[in-house]
Amino acid sequence: MREKILAVIEKNSRIDIRDLAILLGESEIAVANEIAEMEREHIICGYHTLINWENTSEEKVIALIEVKVTPQRGMGFDKIAERIYQYSEVNAVYLMSGAYDFTVILEGKTMRQVAQFVSDKLSPLDSVLSTATHFVLKKYKDHGTVLCDEFQDERMLITP
Amino acid sequence: MRNPLSEKIVTIPPSGIRKFFDIVSEMKDAISLGVGEPDFDTPGHIRDEGTYSLEKGKTHYTPNAGLVDLRVEIHNYLERKYELSYHPDKEILVTVGGSEAIDIAMRAMLDPGDEVLVPQPSFVSYVPCAVLAGGVAVPIELEEKDEFRLTPKKLLEKITPRTKILVMPFPNNPTGAIMRREHLVEIAKIVVEHDLFVLSDEIYGELTYGEEEHVSIASLPGMKERTVLINGFSKAFAMTGWRLGYACAPEVILKQMLKIHQFAIMCAPTTSQYAAIDAMRNSDEDVYHMRESYDQRRRYLLHFFEEMRLECFEPLGAFYAFPSIKRFGMTSDEFANRLLKEEKVAIVPGTAFGDSGEGYLRVSYAYSLKSLKEALGRIERFVNRLDGR
Repeated sequence: MREKILAVIEKNSRIDIRDLAILLGESEIAVANEIAEMEREHIICGYHTLINWENTSEEKVIALIEVKVTPQRGMGFDKIAERIYQYSEVNAVYLMSGAYDFTVILEGKTMRQVAQFVSDKLSPLDSVLSTATHFVLKKYKDHGTVLCDEFQDERMLITP
Repeated sequence: MRNPLSEKIVTIPPSGIRKFFDIVSEMKDAISLGVGEPDFDTPGHIRDEGTYSLEKGKTHYTPNAGLVDLRVEIHNYLERKYELSYHPDKEILVTVGGSEAIDIAMRAMLDPGDEVLVPQPSFVSYVPCAVLAGGVAVPIELEEKDEFRLTPKKLLEKITPRTKILVMPFPNNPTGAIMRREHLVEIAKIVVEHDLFVLSDEIYGELTYGEEEHVSIASLPGMKERTVLINGFSKAFAMTGWRLGYACAPEVILKQMLKIHQFAIMCAPTTSQYAAIDAMRNSDEDVYHMRESYDQRRRYLLHFFEEMRLECFEPLGAFYAFPSIKRFGMTSDEFANRLLKEEKVAIVPGTAFGDSGEGYLRVSYAYSLKSLKEALGRIERFVNRLDGR
């Protein structure tokens, strides 16, 4: 049941527990308990809203920063990651395989603000060797959802 | 001027669906649960293969029977799914949708006056195709008390010395009924005893729910040599617009079907055939997810039918439910028309699929949860009004 619950709420976290239970052919209580259990186990870590900021008057800049670091003795990458993710501007931190070590996704109000964060906070960290900042120009699809166009049912109204 | 028309074609009534479609088309803001095709678009990797084939200039005719690679994949697929082994060169024909296969199978097998047993409610094409091929269509009226399965008794009642073909439309559009192995065994026995042939339309074979796995009647002992198996890509792989299906049959039948296909069609669309090779090879996961999603919505629909006391047997195949509206004392047509006018929900009356569909509606659940929810809310309002609540 877990995988099925997760598959549905990953796409639609606001679905009624009742509807979810009907879809899965389970009782409401069983589904609610399972969700509560997964929250406790940190399988479900939060419920967020997918916002297309472009359609608001809010100014927002998103940057993806490639960070190369030297891991610290005895602590590997985790300690450095923690130093980075503690900043509230930082949206996501991933440890990567390949040419660099961390992907840091950053949100700021202006490009200047992002640049300042990189030069004032990120780069001066002891273990950081280098950074490369890429600004996001447009989001087409996020979290599996296409942001730019509205869904249209192309089918005829009645077919055999 | 002389009458330009053939009497035979003029006397065939137009599809009941068509009539309803014309009414619905005039209502701009109606929501429909009347569509007989998946709500998914064709999976991206299948579309890519179609596109690549065009880019590579694969824009010519294919062999009449279809691309060899595709026929081999169909062979592999049927072996994997249904333990059926058809020879790719002699027993498999790629057609323009399952519909073409139905048509040419009838034409290849029927002589004037031969009778074709058509269990109903069922897909709209069997009867006209049988008639156009010179046959006589004999409906078998299936009933809800049998969960719309074909029973040995009903079959035996309609067999005459002229009976030649039995159509087996399972999993069924519009009822959602399925036939399990034990049911098929009983039917197969009668078919062999009376020396009949079976046209088994298994286009919804991938879409069965719960613990049910579709069983092909052709896989039963002694049945392969008297069965024309029809399947296609439309429902399982969400490829309705590609117009691609196939027929598998003993060489002696397939050879004649191929002849008609060769003269009337030449070959199925080349682009679609290249895409279909990929569909057969790489879509198990897509099909799994689509099936799961239909199953969820199936449960959702049934739950709310129960809540609004709309009686409905549990459909275990395809993506339709077939609730009964008998308690309202209206015909299917009246109910559907009033529902459309009063609540702007379009649902196909059961009678579009044969007289035995009277008292029922075909409700498709190939819709988003949001649409289903909205439509069910309106249906509930309508039903409550009828109930005086």
